Amino acid sequence: MGTDNQEIVLLDEKGRRLDGRLPGELRPIKIMAGVLHRADGSAYVEWGKNKVLAAVYGPREVHPRHLQNPQRAIVQCRYNMAAFSVQDRKRPGPDRRSIEISKVLSEALESVVLVERFPRTTIDVYLEVLQADAGTRCAALTAASVALADAGIPMRDLIPACAVGKVGGKVVLDLFKEEDNLGEADMPIAIIPRTGELVLLQMDGKMTPEEVKEGLKMAYDACKTIYELQKKALMEKYMVRTEELLDKETLQSAVERTEIPSEKTELLEEGAPEEAEAPEEEAPLGEEAEEVAEETAEEEVPETELLEMGEEFMEG
Amino acid sequence: MDKVVIVMEKISAGEIKQLKGEIVIPGQLVAEGAYRAGRWVYRDGDRYYATKLGLKEIRNIKGKNTINIIPLSGKYDPKEGDLVIGIVMDLGPTTWLFDINGPNPAPLHITETPWKVDFGATGRYFKVGDVAALKILYKDDTSHVQVTMKGPGLKKLHGGVITTIAPSKIPRVIGRKGSMIAMIKSLSKCQIIVGQNGRIWISGDMEKIRAVEEVLKYIENHSHFSGLTAEVAERLGGGAADVERARETSSRR
Amino acid sequence: MHYNVISELTREYIFRLAEKGKRRDGRVLDQFRDITVETGVIGTAEGSARVRLGNTEVVVGIKMQPGEPYPDSPDKGVMTTNLELIPMASPFIEPGPPGAEAIEMARVIDRGIRESGALPLEDLVITPGEKVWVLFIDIHVLDYDGNLFDAGTIGAVKALETAVVPAETYGLGENHPLKLREIPISTTFVKLGKAIAVDPTAEEESVARSRLTVTTDLDGNIRAMQKGIGGGFSLKEVEECIEKSIRFGRQLRSLLWEIERAGKEE
Repeated sequence: MGTDNQEIVLLDEKGRRLDGRLPGELRPIKIMAGVLHRADGSAYVEWGKNKVLAAVYGPREVHPRHLQNPQRAIVQCRYNMAAFSVQDRKRPGPDRRSIEISKVLSEALESVVLVERFPRTTIDVYLEVLQADAGTRCAALTAASVALADAGIPMRDLIPACAVGKVGGKVVLDLFKEEDNLGEADMPIAIIPRTGELVLLQMDGKMTPEEVKEGLKMAYDACKTIYELQKKALMEKYMVRTEELLDKETLQSAVERTEIPSEKTELLEEGAPEEAEAPEEEAPLGEEAEEVAEETAEEEVPETELLEMGEEFMEG
Repeated sequence: MDKVVIVMEKISAGEIKQLKGEIVIPGQLVAEGAYRAGRWVYRDGDRYYATKLGLKEIRNIKGKNTINIIPLSGKYDPKEGDLVIGIVMDLGPTTWLFDINGPNPAPLHITETPWKVDFGATGRYFKVGDVAALKILYKDDTSHVQVTMKGPGLKKLHGGVITTIAPSKIPRVIGRKGSMIAMIKSLSKCQIIVGQNGRIWISGDMEKIRAVEEVLKYIENHSHFSGLTAEVAERLGGGAADVERARETSSRR
Repeated sequence: MHYNVISELTREYIFRLAEKGKRRDGRVLDQFRDITVETGVIGTAEGSARVRLGNTEVVVGIKMQPGEPYPDSPDKGVMTTNLELIPMASPFIEPGPPGAEAIEMARVIDRGIRESGALPLEDLVITPGEKVWVLFIDIHVLDYDGNLFDAGTIGAVKALETAVVPAETYGLGENHPLKLREIPISTTFVKLGKAIAVDPTAEEESVARSRLTVTTDLDGNIRAMQKGIGGGFSLKEVEECIEKSIRFGRQLRSLLWEIERAGKEE
């Protein structure tokens, strides 16, 4: 963190910051889910001038094998900065900073992923910072849980993340680069919104206990906002599935107007074809959500239709 | 920012369709009160939360409302009894190691085949890259999986091609009571074996295989919308009669 | 290592299709996938481009800083091309320093740019013998569905073309655009059975018998070539590929640069 003798005024007399934001204001955030083809799940986050991609592969085989855990899956994050993501070109490959970040992000994600479901496997989360402007670990973690959900990894919740800090003697939210360089403290956090647990907490600089308390409150509230954006991104992926390169916005506004009187809806009304009902075949019940259920299932569930169907479709 | 888009071939416009159900997100509250937690749901007191991105489904099972999440994505998670399509990745003296598109490779022991295989003679039956329709024999608590080739329809596969789609979309490919796949087979006149692991083996006329592959991609990308059967029939050159037949199949008791 | 398991029957199917002039994704043999190019996508880079070639996606960033010339070439700047095959891009890529594959691709892309004279290193001199621009072309592969040679080359050329020399940052006068003198375009072919297909997907690359990349310039000269994968090409096949690469080069230049004729534009 920087020193106190600043020539640059980080906060003006109206309480506005260098980039015009108020102390409790986030930078503009845009989240998209499912942006890559090869990965099992992916997400892209633009957060102010930060541009971060997340990709998830797994659950898959663990290499090297000695990392395997017979009881559960391991979550392996790899946070990496592209050479061109910063002002002075960064030498490619991991450094001490990225290794530490990868570790704390892995641990944060392990707290929500239902790792017991997939013994002996790894869930790999690759985080690539394409453009950095302070707060990349928070942007990366925010992208990571969206990518995990997109990959169909079972989780207790998503994890939004956000940093607070101290700039010009005041607690402010979501520091950008100049503030990060010149400010007095930085404190990235991430939470599980449903339970309120903190799953990432780091801090450097100088803050009073009161300021930390104030900062945590501020970051908590911001995480709630970010959480909504994460959910929206996942929803949007499935609201309109268009072929590549189509103008998404036009289609989305069309969807909002909805109730399109298509032949399909007419079909539904008239005779209830198979799609009108829930897809029964998609519920191979049987094994339950014992993963986290505080209580186990109370009763037997009917045999799946899938098995008998197996015989049927094989004869072809 | 300057952007140039070059479309080498004209791309058809995607249509707006109806969603099959409410999309839920991990951590989302899906119900409160007297319910049963089904697949991908966990309970905390009398509150029920989704653990997977998927469609919410509430069904009455033996008088109790059960909440399930039907996943929209996810890797193949082997279950005993699943039919899968495996590709040989390695050989041992008494086993073949199959890639089953799951987290870990699955061994097939020589005694789990219809053949009498001598010790060390595994190479005579399967080479690396060969394909077979197999069944998951067992899966233990630590995810060790074994497969078998003993059973109706389980065999080494020759010719044709394998298409891979998201395993979570396989139920839609099969359709209720096998209605969708039966229709695809009859319209394309292809032999098709659908593996629960997302791999689908298709054999037949090359043009027809191409058409089936395209239809499967379509189902994969539109599985969460309704009206699939009619769309698939049309894409394979079928008509209302085929949709009707599929509907009958799906409601057959 | 996560192995790329391709079944023998899929390989045969792809070959049979190709021998009938067809491909699994519906293309004909002599057809590129759709291309999207965006420039100016990375604010922290001197120049940048994001290229989507079908499902392949790369981001290229140019970074420049003053440095010393090599003692044996005091009147030339320094250019380095680096390609990062990060594990995000494909299930079969392991984390770690660039392997042989990534280095080969970076070097082939580098050769096309260097040998075509697209960016004469003399242009990068600040004070002869003392100070030159050290320029890095960093190709970051985000989504790997084959043919990184061609996607990478397009990205590198587009990023260079839009790069602004950061002279002000280093007190070396005014910022000015980097001048590109040539547009090298590479075209990559693979042999599928007896057929030859352009712009291969990852699946096609993994079953291909052999691969050939040809980089051409505006005048239709050949500026770089690279043959890869175990199998070989007949002389006639190589001649055919060269001929086609000139044609594809013209087409891509006219589409991406709106250059209609096959002559230098100054």
